[in-house]
Formats: sequence, structure tokens, C-alpha cells
Amino acid sequence: MSAPTSVSRQTAGTTPLDPMRVRGDFPILEQEVHGRSLVYLDNAATSQTPTAVLDALSRYYSRDNANVHRGLHELSRRSTDGYEGARGDVARWIGATDPDEIVWTRGATEAINLVAHAWGTANLKEGDEILLTELEHHSNLVPWQMVAARTGARLRYLELDDEGRLRLDPLPEILAGGRVRLAAVGHVSNALGTINPVAEIARQVKEAGGLVLVDGAQGAAHAPVDVEALGADFYVLSGHKMCGPTGIGALWGRKELLDGMPPYQGGGEMISEVGREHSTWAALPHKFEAGTPNIAGATAMATAVQYLEGLGPERILAHEQHLVRRTLEGLKGIPGVRLFGPEDPDARAGVVSFTMETAHPHDIATILDAEGVAIRAGHHCAQLVMKRFGVPATARASFYLYNTDEDVDRLLAGLESVREIFG
Amino acid sequence: MDRSTPPMKALYQQLILDHYKNPRNRGELEDRTVEVHMRNPTCGDEIKLQLRIEDDQIVDLKFLGDGCSISQASVSMMSTILKGKGLDEAHQVARRFTGMMHGDEEAARDSTLGNLRSLAGVAKFPVRVKCALLGFDALQEAMKKQQEEEATAGS
Repeated sequence: MSAPTSVSRQTAGTTPLDPMRVRGDFPILEQEVHGRSLVYLDNAATSQTPTAVLDALSRYYSRDNANVHRGLHELSRRSTDGYEGARGDVARWIGATDPDEIVWTRGATEAINLVAHAWGTANLKEGDEILLTELEHHSNLVPWQMVAARTGARLRYLELDDEGRLRLDPLPEILAGGRVRLAAVGHVSNALGTINPVAEIARQVKEAGGLVLVDGAQGAAHAPVDVEALGADFYVLSGHKMCGPTGIGALWGRKELLDGMPPYQGGGEMISEVGREHSTWAALPHKFEAGTPNIAGATAMATAVQYLEGLGPERILAHEQHLVRRTLEGLKGIPGVRLFGPEDPDARAGVVSFTMETAHPHDIATILDAEGVAIRAGHHCAQLVMKRFGVPATARASFYLYNTDEDVDRLLAGLESVREIFG
Repeated sequence: MDRSTPPMKALYQQLILDHYKNPRNRGELEDRTVEVHMRNPTCGDEIKLQLRIEDDQIVDLKFLGDGCSISQASVSMMSTILKGKGLDEAHQVARRFTGMMHGDEEAARDSTLGNLRSLAGVAKFPVRVKCALLGFDALQEAMKKQQEEEATAGS
């Protein structure tokens, strides 16, 4: 289950990824929507699931299903092996070495809430500062607002330049106050695709004595990750953004930090001994995993990681950047289109956010949907980004490993239909 | 070649696009008696609706808003129809329009809906129905608010 597959990364080599071969692994893509073949460009919201992962889920429920860590029977042994073994795969995917540093959660959101609640409540006090950025998804803002309200800590923000990149020049001054206890920064922006200079931020924050949490919901899916090289103390990810099932995600944290944190939720599985008044906690990682977990989801994450490793994160990112480049070039030729995010395609993962002068993003999305092209329109759970650029919403096309040049062309053709209707 | 599919034409009728591009009664109503701010949190559409209601009659109304063609055209059309109408009639129009949005074909033939009938096609796009109803949600909230304020003032 947790056999090292780093070999596959190497054999993946540097030949470009062939999306037509990849598409064969995703049965959901072989369908028509409103009479047209589906073009799925909403991958930043959720990615599709390869057959290997579907089979892993099916195999779990049809062969191995049992509760973990309790049964002394064969099925419980198998389910426990799958559930525990997959930690090693996720750890390897993000460059971590100790599987016990991987805590299963419902997703990236719950992982951030876990740290904000468990670490934040125990460590933050009035006058302390939490450093966030304007680029964050609401899931990396609201938990910190909640913990700040409880502890009296103050929120500070890194702001964006006109291309949607974080401005680091005010960082030394913010850190000079010596009050930043933790910085919570997205690895890759879901709204603009910007790949953030996390390593540089982490270096400065840690030099000033703070911790760094990296929101990797998009990062772990779309860019190679090495938590050590990034200098992260916590890294969170979401299964369904990286070819895994919904309802499963993970928190990676440095062991000494996780050890020092109180539990997040109480219940079965997370205890060592329970008395009438007090209980003692289980060791890592189970201390943070109260209740029967998402066993099938965790087990299938091993398969999702192995699938992605077989293709190679560098090749996946290069493929996405190729599609972004093609899309940006095409969009520049359409009158009235406004682009958001870095001009350099290599400065972003597979996201293109745009508006049109005459048509609102919702109308763009409805017209594209009628042509079988699925995009997202709205604020992308990043209202601070929308406010920064003075728009209520954008249209967003987001790519993944199975998208093709033809998908980009169908998007661009659909936008011509928008112009036919809206002018 | 016109590549827009038939349902798109049914949805985006000229009348809707005209109201979207040239909204009627858009602006601030200085002598308003009631104001409501409505927001659709999932998509960010928003409308500020201001009315002058005297003796149970909508003497004047204006709106400010930001959103998709459906939400903005709907509130623009609503404003042209409701000016001068009594509150009972306004409630009736709101009921009929809501019915039309939920597929009531009889409501879609009701001439009291006027231009709003051009939005009948929205009923076939369930995710867009809430856009079309945003203005009417604001209207109903405003009428309720005015009524409550009058009740408080009168007691």
C-alpha cells in the first residue's frame, strides 16, 4: 500500500504529458452535456476522479470495509492497513518524511480550522498578530478571524499588486514589530492561479520567530510540493482537488508542534484512557482524529497520489501552463476581455480568471454551459481578491491534466457566442 | 453561422438585453420612505431598492445594483411595472412572477406581468431563477419593512 513510488516520478521524465491518454482514465469526461461533448474547466473547484481511484473506493467497500483500529478480525486489519498506509503516500507527495505527521481531515478547510482552533486557542493572546494575504480563499481567512476574535489577536495582511502577485516589500516592516506568531498563506491562488513566493515569505516569517501554515488546496494538486524546501510548519491539502474523493483532506504539521497542541475534537479514536472527569490523549496522529474517520476516502488517497506520481507533478504543471498560455493568447484577441492574474503564464498554475465588458460572468457561464463547457463564475470564495480588483465576480476557467488544446478552443469559441448575444 | 443554441435565444431575449444595457429607474430616490439592500451570497448579485410608498401606493421607486443580465433586467422591468401601483397589486405581481419562475404557465400568460413575461425562459434554468427573483425578494422585504415601520409609528 505504501510502497515507495518515487521511481515513477523519475520514469515520468520530461516528455510532455499527453492529455488524450490521460483522458481515457476519466470515465466522467466521456459524456455529452446539452448535446455537446463535455469540456470540464472547473478543476479549481473540484477535479475529476480516475478509474484507479474509483476502483479503490469500490474495492474498499466491496472487500475490506470495517472500522479501523478496533476489530481483531481480518477485515479490520485490512481497512486499518489501507487507512494508515495512505498517510505515507500523502507524506511522500508533499516531501514529508514521517507518516505520523499526516492527520486526516474532511478537507483543507477542516485542516485549517484544526490548526486555528487547537494551535491558535492555546498559543495566541491579545496583541499577537496573524499574517494573512488578500489572495486567500475564505477557508484561510474566516478560521483566523474567528480565533482572533476569541483570543484578541490581530490580523495583518499582505496585499496584491496589479497583476495579482503578493507584494512582499512591506513584509520586513510588518515582521519588525515582533508580534507575528503565524503566517497563513496560500501556495497557489484558486481565484487567479498565482503561485506565491511561499519559501521567501516563510524564510522571513521564521526569522522573525513566527510559524507558517501553507494552504495547499490548490498547491498540492497543481504544483510540486516540498514542505521542507518551502519552510512550512503546517501544510494542508484537499483530496478532491487532486483526483481523490470528496470529504477527505490532510493536515501535515511538524511533529513537535502537533504534539504540543491540544486536541481539536473529542470522541472515540483520539483517546488513550477515559475516566469520569478526565481523559488522556492518543499519540499522533490519532489525537486529532476523533470518531470513525473517512476510511474509504483516506485509503483511496494512496491511489490518487500514486496516479499523480505516475504522471509527475512537474509535467502536470507544465501541461497546465501550456493551456494557460494558449488561453491567455486567445483571450487577448477577444475585444472587451479583462484578464486577472500574472501576465507570465509560468507564474501561475492552471487558472485563468477574466471578465467581459458586455456580459456578466454568470451570463458567460450559462452560455458556455449550453455549449457543454463547464466553468465557474462568481467570487470564488475570494471576496478580498474581487474587492482588490473592483469587480463583484469573474469567470474562471481552470485546467488539469486531462484538458486539451481543443478544450481551450471550445472555451474561446463559446466566448464568441457570448459576444453574438451580448455584443 | 449563428452558433448560439435555441435555449440561449429563448433566455436572452432582446428585451432582457435592452433592460440590462439600459436599465430603467436606476439611481437614488431622494424622497424615499423605505430602502432595502439585498444580496445573493452565492453569486454576489446585489440590489439596493428604494421606494416612496404613500397611502399603500408605490409613488416612485429606483434601484442600484450590480449583477448578471437576468437579475438587473428583472428589477428594471419590475420598476417600470410597479410605479403607481397599489401594494395589493404589487404583491399580486410578485406572486405571479414567482409562480412563472417556478414553471406556472398560466402565470406566464398574465398580462399584468407586462415585459416581465420575457423572463419566462429563465424557469428552464433553475440555477438562474434566484437571479430573476432578487428584485422581487427586495420588493417584498421593502413592503414588509414599510408596513412594520408604519405599525410602530402608529402604535
